Amino acid sequence: MRNIFIFIRIYFTFIFFLLLMGVSFYMIFSYNHYHHAVYSATANEITGSIDEKFNTVQYYFQLKKTNDSLVKANEALYNKLRQDYEIPDTVNRIAIDTLLVDSVQTKRKYLYMQAKVISNSVNQPNNYIELHRGKLQGVAPDMGVIDINNALVGTVVDVSNNYAVVMSLLHEQSNTSARLKTGGETGTVVYDSKTPGILYVKDISKSAKITSGDTVVTSGFSDKFPGGLLIGFVKDIINDKSSSTYTIRLKPAVNFENLQYSFIINNLQKDEPEQLLKKVKTK
Amino acid sequence: MSNLIKNIIRFCLFILVQVYVLDQIPPLHRLVTPYIYFLFILWLPFKMNRLVQMIVAFTLGFTLDCFANSYGIHAASCVLIAYLRPFLINMLISQEGAEKNYNEPSIQSLGFAAYFTYAAILTFIHHSFLFFLQALQTGGFFYFVVKTLTSTAISLLLILLVELIFVRKQRFRTNTV
Repeated sequence: MRNIFIFIRIYFTFIFFLLLMGVSFYMIFSYNHYHHAVYSATANEITGSIDEKFNTVQYYFQLKKTNDSLVKANEALYNKLRQDYEIPDTVNRIAIDTLLVDSVQTKRKYLYMQAKVISNSVNQPNNYIELHRGKLQGVAPDMGVIDINNALVGTVVDVSNNYAVVMSLLHEQSNTSARLKTGGETGTVVYDSKTPGILYVKDISKSAKITSGDTVVTSGFSDKFPGGLLIGFVKDIINDKSSSTYTIRLKPAVNFENLQYSFIINNLQKDEPEQLLKKVKTK
Repeated sequence: MSNLIKNIIRFCLFILVQVYVLDQIPPLHRLVTPYIYFLFILWLPFKMNRLVQMIVAFTLGFTLDCFANSYGIHAASCVLIAYLRPFLINMLISQEGAEKNYNEPSIQSLGFAAYFTYAAILTFIHHSFLFFLQALQTGGFFYFVVKTLTSTAISLLLILLVELIFVRKQRFRTNTV
């Protein structure tokens, strides 16, 4: 017994070193599996409030670019107004729904929430974006995030009271179901965490006709995003002769470098198909 | 200024510079990500208890991890260099009792060659361990080796610049202390 105490006393520094290493390793491996580590909520609140202060300064340097993209988004919206279209035939009449119950309300599927980007990384192997909206404002994990020009940014992975952490498309574990806009062939968008600014679309069937510059959009199969949101543009095709599918190199439509505003997409009808699927699986 | 206050200010400055300057600049290349914050550990006083050194290093790494959302990676590499630091100092000290005459490692107290060997070795260990942990999750062997070498070179250049710009003047203390 005495020898054990002597041993511990002699090697106490080393044991302490191993202990701290153990704590670090525990954090590394537990954080990747469960995003809800105990400390992450508190840590998010603190780093979030500092990031926000920094962003108020940094934001000024990008006002011009932010303004440009807002004008572009506005232009797109103006072009969708009803007054832009003439009704050629007087037979067409707009019928007004006179039901007392607002049937539009229950049909709404996606709700968009504006959120300010307060911190952003692009050059790490796994990139995260922090938004100034959290649990108290109705954000929950697994919600989709797009930028103001309707291009896909990522998925919310963690929320604290006032901040949310988003796993950007430039993340190893990001997996998005995508579709070619022209042909409709579906595939999966992934990131290899080595080349910044390049995404890959895997499992595109070889029957697809692809030319570089083609648009890739979300497929609509995921319960996070509606279909048809921009993901990126085809750069070139990696033709692997041994496989029966194409892999496409993709240039993302979002400019991750100067992201200032984003929209969080809340799928209001998420539960119903989920429960149905669960029921089928348990049968 | 007392040692404690000086180190607290340094801690905040290094974290802020790392998070809001070095992590913000567009990457030189995908394999080059410079780090400077661990210079804080290199500058800790000679006399500091080894356990306290490791706790401080862990706190530093953990703080950066919170900002970078990479829980544990920086903390582990910081603890590793804090553990190895005293061995290296013992090996490299040339002047008799430099650790008693001066407060902390610097060009002045260790001499230029010794100080830079010290910085280079610890930078290399820190970067290789950091990128090794990253490579476990993401990349391959080539990625790990090249990224370690290039980033170590750029970080060392940054350390050299910091040492040249912010000269730390240290009082020579007599052995009677």
